[in-house]
Parts: sequence; C-alpha cells; structure tokens
Amino acid sequence: MATYLEFIQQNEERDGVRFSWNVWPSSRLEATRMVVPLACLLTPLKERLDLPPVQYEPVLCSRQTCKAVLNPLCQVDYRAKLWACNFCFQRNQFPPAYAGISEVNQPAELMPQFSTIEYIVQRGSPTPLIFLYVVDTCLEEEDLQALKESLQMSLSLLPPEALVGLITFGRMVQVHELSCEGISKSYVFRGTKDLTAKQIQDMLGLTRPVVPVQQGRPLQPQEQPPISSRFLQPVHKIDMNLTDLLGELQRDPWPVTQGKRPLRSTGVALSIAVGLLEGTFPNTGARIMLFTGGPPTQGPGMVVGDELKTPIRSWHDIEKDNARFMKKATKHYEILANRTAANGHCIDIYACALDQTGLLEMKCCANLTGGHMVMGDSFNTSLFKQTFQRVFSKDFNGEFRMAFGATLEVKTSRELKISGAIGPCVSLNAKGPCVSENELGIGGTCQWKICSLDPSSTLAIYFEVVNQHNAPIPQGGRGAAQFVTQYQHSSTQRRIRVTTIARNWADAQSQLQHIEAAFDQEAAAVLMARLGVYRAESEEGPDVLRWLDRQLIRLCQKFGQYNKDDPNSFRLSDSFSLYPQFMFHLRRSPFLQVFNNSPDESSYYRHHFARQDLTQSLIMIQPILYSYSFSGPPEPVLLDSSSILADRILLMDTFFQIVIYLGETIAQWQKAGYQDMPEYENFKHLLQAPLDDAQEILQTRFPMPRYINTEHGGSQARFLLSKVNPSQTHNNLYAWGQESGSPILTDDVSLQVFMDHLKKLAVSSAS
Amino acid sequence: MSVNQQAHTGLPYGQPQPGYQGYQQSGYGGQQMPGVHHSQYGAYNGPLPGYQQPAPPQGTLRAPPTSGAPLPTSGAPVPAGQPVYSQFGQGDVQNGIATSAVQMQRPSASQPFIPGTAPTPVSQPATFQQYGPPPTSAQQLTNHMAGMQIGSSTSAPPPAGLGYGPPTSVPPASGSFTATGSGLYTSYSSSQGPPPVTMTHGLPPTSLSQGLSLAQPAFSGPPLSAQRLPQAPGFVPPPCSTGIGPSSYPPTTGAPRPSTMQGSQLPGQALTGLPTSQPNHVSSPPPHPSMSGPAMTGLQGPPPPTHPSQSGYQMQQNGSFGQVRGPQPNYGGAYPGTPNYGSQPAPPPPPKRLDPDSIPSPQLSELPPQQKPRHRIDPDAIPSPIQVIEDDRNNRGSEPFITGVRGQVPPLVTTNFLVKDQGNASPRYIRCTSYNIPCTSDMAKQSQVPLAAVIKPLATLPTDEAPPYLVDHGEPGPIRCNRCKAYMCPFMQFIEGGRRFQCCFCSCVTEVPPHYFQHLDHTGKRVDFYDRPELSLGSYEFLATVSYCKNNKFPNPPAFIFMIDVSYNAVKSGLVRLICEELKSLLDYLPREGNMEESAIRVGFVTYNKVLHFYNVKSSLAQPQMMVVSDVADMFVPLLDGFLVNVNESRTVIVSLLDQIPEMFADTRETETVFAPVIQAGMEALKAAECAGKLFIFHTSLPIAEAPGKLKNRDDRKLINTDKEKTLFQPQTSFYSNLAKDCVAQGCCVDLFLFPNQYLDVATLGVVPYQTGGTIYKYAYFQLETDQERFLNDLRKDVQKEVGFDAVMRVRTSTGIRATDFFGAFYMSNTTDVELAGLDCDKTITVEFRHDDKLSEDSGALLQCALLYTNCAGQRRLRIHNLSLNCCTQLADLYRNCETDTLINFLAKFAYRGVLNNPVKTVRDTLINQCAQILACYRKNCASPSSAGQLILPECMKLLPVYLNCVLKSDVLQPGAEVTTDDRAYIRQLVSSMDVAETNVFFYPRLLPLTKVDVDSDTLPAAIRNSEERLSKGDMYLLENGLNIFVWVGVNVQQGLIQNLFGVSSFNHISSTLSTLPVLENPFSKRVRSIIDMFQAQRSRYMKLIIVKQEDKLEMLFKHFLVEDKSMSGGASYVDFLCHMHKEIRQLLS
Repeated sequence: MATYLEFIQQNEERDGVRFSWNVWPSSRLEATRMVVPLACLLTPLKERLDLPPVQYEPVLCSRQTCKAVLNPLCQVDYRAKLWACNFCFQRNQFPPAYAGISEVNQPAELMPQFSTIEYIVQRGSPTPLIFLYVVDTCLEEEDLQALKESLQMSLSLLPPEALVGLITFGRMVQVHELSCEGISKSYVFRGTKDLTAKQIQDMLGLTRPVVPVQQGRPLQPQEQPPISSRFLQPVHKIDMNLTDLLGELQRDPWPVTQGKRPLRSTGVALSIAVGLLEGTFPNTGARIMLFTGGPPTQGPGMVVGDELKTPIRSWHDIEKDNARFMKKATKHYEILANRTAANGHCIDIYACALDQTGLLEMKCCANLTGGHMVMGDSFNTSLFKQTFQRVFSKDFNGEFRMAFGATLEVKTSRELKISGAIGPCVSLNAKGPCVSENELGIGGTCQWKICSLDPSSTLAIYFEVVNQHNAPIPQGGRGAAQFVTQYQHSSTQRRIRVTTIARNWADAQSQLQHIEAAFDQEAAAVLMARLGVYRAESEEGPDVLRWLDRQLIRLCQKFGQYNKDDPNSFRLSDSFSLYPQFMFHLRRSPFLQVFNNSPDESSYYRHHFARQDLTQSLIMIQPILYSYSFSGPPEPVLLDSSSILADRILLMDTFFQIVIYLGETIAQWQKAGYQDMPEYENFKHLLQAPLDDAQEILQTRFPMPRYINTEHGGSQARFLLSKVNPSQTHNNLYAWGQESGSPILTDDVSLQVFMDHLKKLAVSSAS
Repeated sequence: MSVNQQAHTGLPYGQPQPGYQGYQQSGYGGQQMPGVHHSQYGAYNGPLPGYQQPAPPQGTLRAPPTSGAPLPTSGAPVPAGQPVYSQFGQGDVQNGIATSAVQMQRPSASQPFIPGTAPTPVSQPATFQQYGPPPTSAQQLTNHMAGMQIGSSTSAPPPAGLGYGPPTSVPPASGSFTATGSGLYTSYSSSQGPPPVTMTHGLPPTSLSQGLSLAQPAFSGPPLSAQRLPQAPGFVPPPCSTGIGPSSYPPTTGAPRPSTMQGSQLPGQALTGLPTSQPNHVSSPPPHPSMSGPAMTGLQGPPPPTHPSQSGYQMQQNGSFGQVRGPQPNYGGAYPGTPNYGSQPAPPPPPKRLDPDSIPSPQLSELPPQQKPRHRIDPDAIPSPIQVIEDDRNNRGSEPFITGVRGQVPPLVTTNFLVKDQGNASPRYIRCTSYNIPCTSDMAKQSQVPLAAVIKPLATLPTDEAPPYLVDHGEPGPIRCNRCKAYMCPFMQFIEGGRRFQCCFCSCVTEVPPHYFQHLDHTGKRVDFYDRPELSLGSYEFLATVSYCKNNKFPNPPAFIFMIDVSYNAVKSGLVRLICEELKSLLDYLPREGNMEESAIRVGFVTYNKVLHFYNVKSSLAQPQMMVVSDVADMFVPLLDGFLVNVNESRTVIVSLLDQIPEMFADTRETETVFAPVIQAGMEALKAAECAGKLFIFHTSLPIAEAPGKLKNRDDRKLINTDKEKTLFQPQTSFYSNLAKDCVAQGCCVDLFLFPNQYLDVATLGVVPYQTGGTIYKYAYFQLETDQERFLNDLRKDVQKEVGFDAVMRVRTSTGIRATDFFGAFYMSNTTDVELAGLDCDKTITVEFRHDDKLSEDSGALLQCALLYTNCAGQRRLRIHNLSLNCCTQLADLYRNCETDTLINFLAKFAYRGVLNNPVKTVRDTLINQCAQILACYRKNCASPSSAGQLILPECMKLLPVYLNCVLKSDVLQPGAEVTTDDRAYIRQLVSSMDVAETNVFFYPRLLPLTKVDVDSDTLPAAIRNSEERLSKGDMYLLENGLNIFVWVGVNVQQGLIQNLFGVSSFNHISSTLSTLPVLENPFSKRVRSIIDMFQAQRSRYMKLIIVKQEDKLEMLFKHFLVEDKSMSGGASYVDFLCHMHKEIRQLLS
C-alpha cells in the first residue's frame, strides 16, 4: 500500500466503505478529541462487477448475541475444523458441508479478497416485485397526458412478472381493479376521511376470501391472498388493459372554482396504497410510486387549504410558526412512512409542479423507506420523463438496479460501539452489546431497515470508541466491523452481502501523525455534513452552522500547526487541507441555507444528500466547475468568481443542476453565428464540447439534473453565480482590478475571508 | 241485468226484486243470476232466478267449500239487512229522497223475479243435471226454506216476528236502510222483541222468500255440501241466537237469507282469521295453501252430512239458509258478546259456519217459509254497492259533468263521465267528502262528518279532456292576493272598473297590475274572461318565475337514478338480468314534456350489495366505468361527470353497461345488503348535479350489513292485538325519517321495488319513499315466470308516468275553515305546506278541514290548491285547482251532498295513520263510533220520525256501513293469520296515497261473472256483490281490487268455457299457477283478456292475476276478498256489521 489515498480508494472499490479515520485512536478519550467522529460511509450494494455471489448460506458464529458471519479475519483451525469469531472470540465448529476445507481449499468467505461477499439464499418462495402507481389526476391536461404516456411506457420497462396496481386520486381516491373485461372497475374512497388499514382492507374486500379470480399465478407464494390479484396483476397479463385504463384516465371531474386549488387527496391516497400493500404483500418488495402535481389540499395530510389566496407555507411561515397544517400533515405522513417501512415497502414521490407540492411534509415517506424523491416543474419535461425511465434502469447483468426490504446489521469488535446511522433507513430497534448509548443519527440499534436501495444508496454509520484510556490495545491489534445486509434482489432472490473490515489501532498521544495521515477528509466532510443536515432537520439553521463552525475550529486547533495567536503561522497538513473549503461550501449549500429555497426544495436537496455516495455528496457540497477555452483541453477550475471569464465556457455540476455558461465573448460570438461558418469550426467544437460532457453526466445521474444552458448576463446564470466563491463582489470589485472574473452581487463572505477568520479563531488562545 | 238496471235507473233501489226488496241487493241477486241465466234479466232480476237455478245444482256440489269460508260473511249479514231494508225502506221512504224511486222499483222488481226464476232454473239444470234435484228446485227450495225457517223458528220463532223484514222498508227511500234494522239488531242483541214490530214482512216475505230461496241454493255451492252438513251440528249451538235471527226472517227470504246469514255468521265467529294472508297482493302463495288447508278442514270437520238427503238444492239452499241461521245464532251470540265486529271472537264461528249449512236444511225445512223471512235480514235487502254504482252509472254516466255550479256532487268514481271545466276543478283532481259544508263548527261537530278533500293534483285526464292550460303572467309572476297570496282564480272579484280585485279567500283588495288590467263588462266580468284560463277555469297552470325556484335559480332538468340490488338473491332469481334487459328499452320512454323531441331527464346507474357501485357512462368512454364505494358509513358520490347522462348520447355505453351488470355479478356470493347508504348516494348524486329527481331502487332483503340504517329482524306476530302492535307500523329507527327530510330538501323522490323472500321491514324501508312522495312496489317471493310481467309493467308505468319534482303544495280556503290535517305520501316541515320531493299522477293527498270561524251560505266555501313543482323538462310551474262548495245551515243539506267513497277514503287514511300511535282496536272502535255518530245524527235530525227499531240511513251514505266494514276488516286493521307484518305496513302506506277510485275498489273489490260476458259488445257484465253466496259453481268470476285480479272457476263450469279460456280440457287440468291467461283465438278468451287488460289499464299498478279453482287451496285467499262475508280473521259480515251499527246508533239515540 503506497499511500493512504490509494488504500482508501481500494477499500472503497472493494467494500464500498470509507472511514473518516483509517487508523483508529485507541481510547474513548482520544477519539473524542479527534473532533470528527469515527464513522464510515457505507454503500451496501455497491456495484461489484467482479463479485459473483455464492450460492449458499453464510456460516454464523454460534453465540446468540454475536452471530457474526465467518470472514477472512477469523482465525481458522483447519485441522479441528474450528474457527474463532473475530468479534466475540467464540470458537465455532464448521458445519458439515465444510468438512473438506484446508489451507489450500478455502471457501470464498475466508479469502482476503472476499472481505465483501454476497450469498444467495433460499428463503421462502420468491415474490414478484410490486409497483403500485398512485396518480394525481388534478393536473393540467398536458401534464396528465405526459404522465399517462410515461406510465404507459413504464409498463414495458417493468419485469414482466412484476405486479402492478393503479390508484388515482383527486377529490376522491380510486383504487382500480385490473383485469376486468368490458368494464373498468375501481373502488372509490372519500378524500377527506382517514381510514385505518383495517377499514381500507375491509372496504377493498381484502380481509376475507372473495370470489376467487381467475388469476392464480402458480409462482406466487401461498401466503399471498388471491384476493389482491384484483388490484395487483402481473404486467404481462394486463399491460394492454392497463394501457387502456391509463389512456382513459380523465382529469378530476370535480369543478374547481375560480380562486381555488383543486381538491387533492394525496394523504388518503397514500394511506390507501399503504394499506392495500400492507394487507396483501407484507414484507415483499414493493414500490408505491406517487405522482403528484400539487399540494394535498384536503383530508389528512393536507398541506394547504384550497383557497388560492392563502399561499403554501414558506420558510418564513414555518419560522413564525404560521404553517397551520404542517405539523398535522407531517405526522400523518410519518405514520404512513413508518408503517410502510415496517412492511418493507417503499414510497417514491414524483412531484412535478411549479409551486411547492408538500415535499416538506411528505419527505419522510421517501426518506424512511428508501424511496426516490423527484421534483420537477412538470411531468411534461424530459427531467421527469428521463428520471422516471431511469428508475427502471438495469445493470450490466440486466437486473434492475433496485433492491428491497434490506436490513443492515453492523457488528463491531469490543472496542467499538455503534452510535447510529444516517441514511434512507429506519431503526429496527435491535439492542445489542455493540450499541452505544450516545446516539448520532438514528441510533440505539445495530440494525436498520432499508426498504429500498440501489447500488448508490449510501449510509453514514457512526461509531464510538469505547476502549478505556487505561486499557491499551496490544500492539498490532485491529478493530473490526462487519456489515451484514440482507435484501431482496430485483430478481426476487434473497441475498446477503457481508462486508468485514478491520483497521489498526493507534495511540493518539504517541502516534498522532499516523492517525492524522490516515484521515480521509472527503469522507469526513461528508460525514460531518450528514450530521449537520440531520441536525438541521430538527434544529434552527444558525445553531447548526455554529456547531459546524465550532467543530471546524476545534479540528483546526487539534491538527493545525500554528503559533498561538498568530494566524499567519497557521498550516494544515495535506490530509486536512481541503476540509475547511468543504465546510465553507457546505455552509453556503442549500442543505443548510434555506434562503432562496422553498421548504420543499430544502427537503428535496436534503433527501438526496442523505443517500448519495461520497462522490456525489461531495459534488453537492462543492460543485465541480470545468472551463473550456481555445487555450487547451477542458480543465477543472476553482469554484470561484474569478473563473468566470469572457472567453470561457463553463460547465458546472452541482448534482442537481448542470449549468453551461458561455462567457461574454463566447456568447457574442455565438450570437454572431460564427459556429455556423466553416472557417470557425473549432468554435463550433468548443461550443459542443461542454454539451457532450454534460450529456455524459446526464446519462448516469439520478435524478436527472436540471439542465441549464445560459450565458453571460442570462437570467439563469444565477445558478452559477450563487455557487461560486464570491471572491469578487460589488464590494471589492475595484480593489481587485478588472482583469478577470466577474463580480457577484452578494454580501456573502468569500472563502478568503472565511479562512482568515478560521485561522484567527484556530490560533486564538481564547477559544 | 238489463232488467234490473232499468228498474234501477228508474228507481235505484227498487229493482231488486224480492230478494233485495229494499235495495240494490237486487243488484246482487242479479249478479249471481248472471252467472246462470241472466240472459233475460240482466243483472238483478236475473239474480233471483239465477240463484235458484244455479243454486240447486251447485248447491250440492259447492255447498261444502263455499259455506266454509265465503258464505259466512256475506251471507249472514245480507239476509238480515236486506229484508229489513227492502221492505221498510220502500215503504218507509224514510230516506225520503231516494226512497220514492226505490219503492217504485220494488214492486216491479219483485215481479220480475218470479218469471226470472222460472226460466233460469231450467237452464241451470242442464248444466248441473247431476244434481238431479234442480228441477224441483222450486219445491226443494221451499222445502229448504222451510227447513231453514224451521230452524229459525225453532230457535226463536218470535224473532221472525222481529220482522227484520220490516225494517227493510227503509231502503226505498234513501237507501236508508232504516230498515228496521232495529229488527235485525234487536234480534241479535236479544232485542228480538222490538224488531218484530216492523211488520212489513208481509210484502217482502213473499218476494224475498222466493228470491232468497233461489239464491241460496246457488250459494250453498255444491261442493260444500259435505262440509255444510257438519256445520249443522255447529249450528245447533247457535240456536239461541238463531232463534232470533231466523225468526225474524225466515218468512220472507226464508231460504235465501239463511244462506247469507250463515255465511256471515260463521265467518264472523269462526273467522279463524283469513286464510289468505295478504289479501291484496297475495304475494305469498305458499302460506295460503297451508292456511287454507287447515281452515278448510276445520270447517269441514264439523259438517257431518246431516242433510245429504236434501242434497242438491236443498243443500244449496240450506247452505244459504243454514248460513242464515248460523248467522243469527252468531249474531245473537256474537254481537251481544262482542260489540266490536272486528274483534269478534273467533271461537264460536267455526261451528256456526258449519251449522249454517247443515242446520238450515233440517231445521228450517220444517218451518213455514213465510215466517222465516221476517226473522232474518235479507242480504238482498240491505244497501248494495253494486246497485248504487249501477244507478249512478246509468243516471250520470251519459252526460258530461259540468263544473260551473257551486257545490255540485260529482258522479261516483265508478262512473265513466266526461268533465267540462267551467270554473271548478274536475273531480278527477279534487273530491270532497261533502259538497255542502256546515256553516258552523257546531254543526260540523254535531254531524261528525269529516270535512275533507282528496286531491290528486297531477291526475291524468282522459284523452278527451283538455289538460290544464299554461298561463304566463310574465316577469312579475302570477297575479296573487297581496295578503293571503292566493293565486288569481275565477272567484276573484274585480271591482272599481277592473282596477282592483278582491280576494275571494281573505277579502283583501289588491291592485291589478297595469299589464293585467282589463275592463269589466256590464255583469262585472272582465272582458277577457274567456280568454284567460285563470279566470274561467277551475284548473290551470302558471309558469313560475325565478323567484319560485330554489336559490333563485331555474332548476336543471330532473334525473332518474336506477339503483339495483345485486346481492345473491337478486342475481339468482334472474331479477338483475331482467331489470337490465328492460331498462335498455325502457330508457326510450322517459317522460318528456309536451312536444319535446327527447326527454330532458338524465339517467344514472348504481348497483349495490354491501357496497355501492356507481357507473360512469359518459358518452366519450369506450366502455363503462364502475366505481365501487365501500365506505358506506359515510356515503358520497364518487363521480360527477358521466354519472348522470343523456340517454341518447350515451346509449352505447349504457347498453354495454346493462349487458355487463348481470355478467359481473353472476357469481356473486354476497347476500348482505345495505339500504340507507343507497338512498344517501342517490340523494348526494342529485345534490352534486344540482337537480331534483327520482331514485328507482330495486331491493331484495333486510339491510343487515354494517352501515347506517342497518336493521334487525323485529317481526313479532305476538304483538298483534296488543298495545304494542303499533310498533310494527313504526320505523325501527329515526334514521330514515331524517334521511327522508334530507331527500325532500333535495327534491329526491324514492320509488322502491321490493322483492322479499322474507321479512324486510317495509315499515322502516318505506319511510323514505313514503315521505318523499315515492311509491313502493312489493313482489314477495318474486319468481321470474310468474311475476315478471307484473313487475315490468309496474316498472314501465312508473318510469313513464308524469311526475313533478321538488313540489310544495298549499291549500288555501275561505275564511272560516282551514286545512288542518294532511294524509298521504309527503313531508311537512310546518303546518301548512305539503312538501313533496316527487309527486306523480297517481298520488293523492287527503286534506282535512276544520272550522275556525263561521261560513256563510251566500259566499260558500272556496278551496284553492296550489302546487309548485318542477316538471320533467325542468320547468318550474304552479298548478292551481279551485273548487267552490256550498255552505249549509241545515244538517239535511250536508247529508244530502256527501260522497261516501270519499268519506271512506278519508276514514281509511285516518285510521291507517291512527294505527301508528294507537292500538288497532282503539282505531277500529273510533271508526265505528264516528260512523255511528254520523248516522245517528242523521237519524236524529234529518230522518222522518220512525220506529226506533228502524235503521235509517242517509241516501248518500247508505253504503257507509258496508264500506266501513270493509275498512275495518282490511288487513291493516284486522290481520289474518297469514298476513305478514310487511304486508300490513305495505298496505298501510299504499292506501295512504290512494285516490277515491282506488280505495273504492280496494276495499270493495269488483266482482264480475265471466260467463255473462257478452263477447260481441264492449259492455261489461254487471258486477255482483262480494259474497260467496253470489257465486255459482257453474260460473267463472273475475275479481279485482287494484292489486290482484282473481279468476275464480267453479267446479261445474262448462267444459267448453274452460277449453275456451284456459285451453285445457277440464276443470282439473287448469293450472292454478298461471299468471296470465293463455292467448287463445276464440271470442270468449279474447273478450276476457281484453277485460283484464282494460282493468289493468285502469289501475296505477299492474295487478297480479291469480287463477282460483273452486275448492282449491287458493280459494281461501280469494274468499278473503268476498268482503260482504264474514272473514276468516274475524271480520264481520255485512249483515252482522249492519246490525251492529244499528245497535250502536240506537244506543247513541237513546
């Protein structure tokens, strides 16, 4: 291993794990002094082309409280056919099937390169995936048409065996019965009435055997009540029917009078969808896909009244405690989300409207169940259409990039305990010896449920070093952690992925430089950001910022090299050098700043921040800026106003937006039409280059970013200007001369100022 | 009949021959006759002969069966009454008015008989040769008579003296039966002594005796013979009473009466309860059989064949006689003991019945015929409804009824007449109990005659009468009185040269608006009098302006919503498929306004079991959409657009839906249903569509599914005759009343079609239909083959009939009287406005008036009924009916201008409402008491002085006792063992919105002899009285009561006729399960079917056709409708009741 950088990268590629610290401080006291907690970003289903799953059950430690999975770190006595658990030191007999093992005949799970291994296990009969569309009909004709087409198209993308169902809602909620010949049938519910799951199931006739419908797919498990087949049918059977049904969907027929919003029963619709699946397919992979074009305006979960004159709540209203429906609605959706999670289903929200749609209140539905959240302006945009299409994208094996009903269990060696996790999961409340009392994120458990995940879903997991200072760890001792993820693969197989990692311990007093060198500042930035965002959900924005600042200052104090009270002497080592900059951009990011964002947007951004992997998260924190010019190949440039030059084309990727910005001169040239002149073909190529690159990003990103093509002085240029470091503003424009960059009209502090203050505070003896 | 008729025409009562002596009875006799020989006579005269002849033969045959059930009732009473009346009546002329004619007639009538008799017998014999006896008929009869008499005499020779006969005299006059009814009663009550007084016997006896004797035989009906015999024994006991009864009559009618008597008595006492449970609908065949079985047997048992010897004739005669006797005994016993008819104890009866038949022959035979007659009341001598109807038809049917004159009494509802509106509303719209109103409340109280109007605001007129003209007074709306808001009408007085008008109701003077001004001519009439319907006609319509509309918005066209129960029962019986098939074509016949091309009415569809299914049938859809609403606890309408559609636009989708519905639910196993949510859904749908409309709900079972308005089975027959009986008529929960209120507010009318296989609590389910002006149809044990046509016809009629929505009716009256009480299917939120979510052309509202001041003879009393409604095109209209009545200071004027049919309509509705809050017995007593007071008041104040023993009835009310008795015996007030609680509740509601014609035929069914049908002419044979003794076993009869049609086939009917009508070779091959007559190409079959079709067309509901074979199980059911006979459930026979009334009256007078 050459450098920590390589080590980190290698680990990430193999195990999907990145730790903030790659050498661990060996005592609790020291660990707390490190400021950045010992934590990792785990991508449980990281795509591994080179990882063929094994077709047998994992071998478990026989100790009831441990049950760790046999892994390469275990000591094995090949002669006695015994292995020692590396977590609890229990000695275990190999099962009979392992009788033939030897040093040269090792099972895969004992090989070091299989620190991450995936098992395919046979548990019960496989159940088909379930997709339940919940569709808002209070849309503009155009939108509805586009949505209908998208939905019809999606039928061809679904696995043919998958079950689909359709619920539409407006003023009423309709659960459509599929496979009816000659007449289309639906069950209708009032949109204002909250129904219990029992009531819903009664009303849908799900509680007792009704007339057996012809359905009867032999593949279905016996526990599946046949009745549900009225509402959920295999795609291959009813795609024609459903296509027609979707085609005939009408806009909600109830009249909307002037000055009113349409009555939209989103809350009840979701509740019914949840109840339907709860009663029919508990603990099977299922997606409830909610498509909504506006805020819920009636019934439980209503976010705003139907009077247009009362606008939907803003951050201002929320701060003033003026959002009268928010609490109640949030509670409604939280209950739903928890129920859904308990059933192992997930809820996607596709909200397309120009105004807010209540994502703030509904966010937990997606957050707790691992569902997607997509926000757009209209269903009739490529943003939605392609995003939606991408939900059904497949991996190199032709398998859907989605998994369901996962439980993640973390096991640690005794020096470590688990503080919590942050990500699209809910706690399973599994107490155990390795559960810490100090919670960070969703804590108090060593198991979490992730109802839906994809290869990029990433959780942050926080640990606590519990080894006491006076009980030093023997030299060369290693701490270990094992992540066991059981899930339903999109092929309906049950699989278990086990990742076992180990890191060296180091005494922070004597070996601080080791620890320092093994600091992963990118992971640390994201982990701290997740903590910050997590806190921001429940705390006031300024408090979170203050907390972040204090952490940063403490970190700098701990690891910086400086002379007391001499800011100019302040230096940070390479492994920390970028960290303050990340924090600077994080402070300005929409995850922590609500200014200029609606509550819905904030929820949307935070949703994605809490589930994307490290790379994407970093992009979100600090967007990437590329510059294109005649002077050379495209190059990444500083996210700084000084990078905005007249003869450059800039491509900025903020994860949520892709902005192509033509400098002033370039824009003029383009207007003059030089790109169309054969003699200026190179200009044409220059113009084309960022487009191609952007396209590449667009191809892979989920959700589809907003694609913005703008130029100097264009109104959309604000997306760029709001992100760059305002090194030049109207305040200091003339002080800096005019040779480069473009001033930003803002009062925000620039990175320079930020760093100056940081240095000052870090070296200050007062703090 | 012709003869009789002639006689009648001339003299209403007289006709009858001896038999009737007094009254119409002749008519009866006639009817009976018809069956037999009538050819000569026609109805009445015929009768006598008819009886005799047919009787004998039949007698043997029938005797047993008939006697059992039918005879009893009718038989007994009649005889008693008749003789009395006839004799007296004529002589007395007490009634004065009518009498004259009567008297005249009698003589003539009597004569006719004799001849008649002779001929008839002959013919009959032929048919009945078997009986051998017939030939001798005369003799035998006499013998029998004698026997009868004897019997009577034995029992109480004196009674004879009682001279019921005498009483009869009354009849002639006003039909007042003055009849020395006293005689009758007395006899019964023990008052035997008194009766004798009336001596009239002499006259009547002769004629009567003959007539009766003849008649009786007929009745006795052959079959019964066996039974009758047994009865004889029974009789014996009664003797005590018999003594009385018999004694009185024996002489005159001797034989005949007895028969009747028997009938009555027996029934009365025994009255084991009507075998037939549901007289009306008879929906439940199953029960009947069983019932009848037992009953019959019971009867039979007793009848040991005492008189077999007499056999044929005698039997018959005996039968009749016997009955007579029986009755008497009964009376004696029954009456005294049980003052109330209705409640008469059942126990004694059975034996009695038996007795009548059997006894008569033996005992009576010995007595001299002549004596006998007196003792008994001759059924032919008491007022005959048939006679009255015939008279009225003959007297008034020929010329149009012109309404110009104030206080005119219109012809009877049974008469076909043309109305010319000249300022008063046609009697088709309004009928009053009296057209002469007492000026003061004291008078009114004294007379106890209810002052009421029966209003049918949207009545259908015959094609030759013009519908009400439409008047448009333009933007300001109809001209109205400023104070009382009465609408402009012919009675308004224009004054000051036409610049103002004085209100005829409140006398307030109102300015005539300039646009309405018109000069007056020299008589004070406006010059444009004849140009303006509102000035010259009694009925017309105003176009309502927007201020007459809800929310000041013109209404949308109404909607029809069809809501079909698709639970297991409905699907399995084929009902769902049937309805769907029918709707496909029926939807083309939605009511439309005037000359509109297509109906403006929109339609919607809902099916339901435990949950509701709404259907989107928007024209743009490729296939219908079904929307299931399971949240029945909180009903709502899941769709707006596409639920209510124009039939033509959405035809393909609708047809496709109607094809689908039966398929979709073909395999349903859902048996539970909801009900209230269904109505709520319909109402909500109308509310959402902002229109009024009508729900057609097709429902099969008690709604026990968990939902609002859920019901439990609370049927409990043990409550009958207890103070808690009323709860059977009350709804289980107030939920439906509240729902009804909401429906009315929305203009949502509910028509309910019920297809129960068991109790489904009509009393509760009916609340909403009832209060929203809807209709209930009930088809118990619905079977596709037999009930399909009836249901479809009802449905067609119901869908097609003219109907108004969201209506408010107010009745304004002259100062002095005020509308105080309202009866019918509607809702009232205050005391003056009748609110009707829907009002169709068959619905009637009965309004009672009370004095709150004095009226003056000069100005009379005016009524104005204003109905504001939305017609089927969605147009808001005001229909105005005006009627002017006279006022009187003399009670005689009041009694002279009463209309009994209307009175009965009112009394029935009053009583039927009463059972909701009072024990049934109380209600019956109240009714009897009120009528007794009415009659007593007449007797006291109007009738010429006469013996207290005489029963004197006002001419206009002479049918009051018989009709009242029918009301008292109806299933609601006196249920038989097989009348279900649902039937009673159903009938109760049904009657509440019946018009006069319907109540008339409902309470006193129309009975036609089919063999008398003239296949070559359009005229109907004369009806006969509803008594078993009028039936001949060689004849076939048609009986209709507005709900059922019976074809009764005697065992001895000629095979040819059977072949012609039923297409089978013999009596035994006739299937009693037929629901229609086979279509056969012969004149007789065609004619009979056309008669049935004609009857069906006259009624608002399609009547169920039931074939009853004599001596068949179903006959018990049929006999229930022979309302002059004693009923199985304890209802009194006519004669018995008359006697009872007489007693009551006498008590009041003393």
